[in-house]
Amino acid sequence: MTTSALRDLVVRHPGQLDEQPFLEVVDLHVHFPTDDGLVKSVDGLSFALDRGRTLGIVGESGSGKSVTSLAIMGLHTRPASEKTRPGAEQSGEIYLEGEDLLAKSPEYVRGLRGKKMAMIFQDPLSAMNPYYTVGRQIIEAYRIHNPVNAKVARKHAIDLLGRVGIPEPSQRVDAYPHQFSGGMRQRAMIAMALSCDPDLLIADEPTTALDVTVQAQILDLIRDLQREFNSSVVLITHDLGVVAELADDVLVMYAGRAMEYGSADQLFNRPAHPYTWGLLGSVPRFDRERSERLLAIRGTPPSLINVPPGCPFHPRCDYAARNGGRSEEVRPELVPVEPGHTVACHLSTTEREQIWEHEIAPKL
Amino acid sequence: MFAYIVRRLLWAVLLLIVLSMVTFGIFYLIPRLGGATPETLATRYVGRAATAETVHLTAERLGFLDPVPVQYWHWIKGVFVGADYDYGSGVEHCPAPCLGYSFITRQPVWPDLLDRAPVTISLVIGASIIWLVTGVTIGVISALRRGTLFDRSAMGIALAGVSLPIFFTGLIALTFFSYRLGITSPGGHYVPFSENPAQWAYSLLLPWITLAFLFSAQYARLTRAGMLETMTEDYIRTARAKGLSERKVVVKHALRGALTPVLTIFGLDVGLLLGGAVLTEKTFSLNGLGKYALDGILNNDLPKILGVTLVAGFFVIMANLFVDLLYGVIDPRVRLE
Repeated sequence: MTTSALRDLVVRHPGQLDEQPFLEVVDLHVHFPTDDGLVKSVDGLSFALDRGRTLGIVGESGSGKSVTSLAIMGLHTRPASEKTRPGAEQSGEIYLEGEDLLAKSPEYVRGLRGKKMAMIFQDPLSAMNPYYTVGRQIIEAYRIHNPVNAKVARKHAIDLLGRVGIPEPSQRVDAYPHQFSGGMRQRAMIAMALSCDPDLLIADEPTTALDVTVQAQILDLIRDLQREFNSSVVLITHDLGVVAELADDVLVMYAGRAMEYGSADQLFNRPAHPYTWGLLGSVPRFDRERSERLLAIRGTPPSLINVPPGCPFHPRCDYAARNGGRSEEVRPELVPVEPGHTVACHLSTTEREQIWEHEIAPKL
Repeated sequence: MFAYIVRRLLWAVLLLIVLSMVTFGIFYLIPRLGGATPETLATRYVGRAATAETVHLTAERLGFLDPVPVQYWHWIKGVFVGADYDYGSGVEHCPAPCLGYSFITRQPVWPDLLDRAPVTISLVIGASIIWLVTGVTIGVISALRRGTLFDRSAMGIALAGVSLPIFFTGLIALTFFSYRLGITSPGGHYVPFSENPAQWAYSLLLPWITLAFLFSAQYARLTRAGMLETMTEDYIRTARAKGLSERKVVVKHALRGALTPVLTIFGLDVGLLLGGAVLTEKTFSLNGLGKYALDGILNNDLPKILGVTLVAGFFVIMANLFVDLLYGVIDPRVRLE
């Protein structure tokens, strides 16, 4: 399939069809050569994100979520000084406001990093340099892209810390990361990411390392800041609760590929892919009997070196047998099931609706 | 912080006293436990044809006739308040800190040590600066260009540097640079810094390079390993995600973490060497503490050995204290609140 045809498959929101989406990923491949073979972390992924919206990317560990986000940030490209080690092999297109980042020079993309697109990492303790104060790291991020003197930058850092809800920011600015609690560190990390008012904010499992009460605060903070800055957010998580809380659109990934894409409403109320059903079924719920078992997905995620042919999910799929062996041979492409909702599955629409209505929905 | 340093210094004094006891025990007590009489000990310090009477007299003058604890008491008292010694040519007063008289040359040890220390200190300071700069630089470049020709050859040379002893590399360097090319001093002509800095550097250049070669090899390997580790840290990715240039990522973020273990070992190495770089000093005929110790050992000159051991112990203890304090400066996580 040609790239342009793939682009047509990226379904946009009604009414915005003619506009260039803010972020558009087309047929992205990220492969890592290793001694054991080629690891196909991302294998033909396409999606789009409009300005001011939040896209949740969900999937199990190793489904390629983080690799995708690092590809957008240009962090797989080895710096010139390290050219000797084989880095990632990337192909496809990543458009940010119409510019293909993969075609630009690493130096150009570096200029966008931190300024136009910023990232919040999963574990704020290891993601912050233990040798420098929190303030110094925020100031550093700000001054890379803004030629201001140290005093102005420091004031900006204190402002930011105050805005992300750190008490007594003018004192805490001189604290080291290890002197902060987990939640405070993540707030400081967010302050650092927001230092240059980025248009695109990528949050890679921002709440995974935090306890539940702090999780809610951080999610609220991200939502508030997004509204304030009108930035687009890519939220990477394996926690469907977080997605339900924040995301406008949801992309479900499996083995480096998109399985299902749609609005949060569509995904949660009319999920179309057996893998999405599995994800939804594995969420524990209060309003169920404790004796009822969760609908766990059987088996384990495939090795990304030997991805099963056809649909990568077919060895774990309870419904793969219902479409005459096509799952084992033909790779399913994303096809629309309703406006703005696409799914990569060989099941026919009628069959899928039947399974959903009679076998899945009653159990959820 | 101040209290901490004072406490550490008091511990240092105690440690040095224990060190002197152990050393004293090894050289004065163990031979006696092994059955040696004061006279058999004294025969080492008299001529071959000496009469029994001379031997006895020498044993008496060297203090061997007293019980060993009393001998130690005389010696340690001398360190704090000074002592009087009589080697047959009248009583001589040795002011504190008195580390005794050489059994062979009849010279007091302490002024000798003061005389020799500048040579060793000059040697170690010069060499340590060279090996720190070259070792760290090569280590960083090797880590960033892992697997390239530069990395492989640098690590190959480093392996040779670590394995080859000073008396081998030193002699080759002497042959080549001093005798064949004539561009460096052949050694043995130490000129004090205060007299002529240029001559000082010229006289020490070859020993510096030889000693630095051995150590920079170790430091290159250490820095390379440290860099390879810190370059995979999450905070390096964060620094890149900020849009920081690669040079700044390496220097400000990666090197900082990689240098912590390097500086620890650096402090200890320098402390250890200040007590005498024996092989280097011997190879290049430098009259430093190491050569002094070697002379003491070869001649069974117990006061010399004892003196150098104490000075070396002092440097090692101070280096340890310095490294501990430095740790608080480089790593905020271990800073004393």
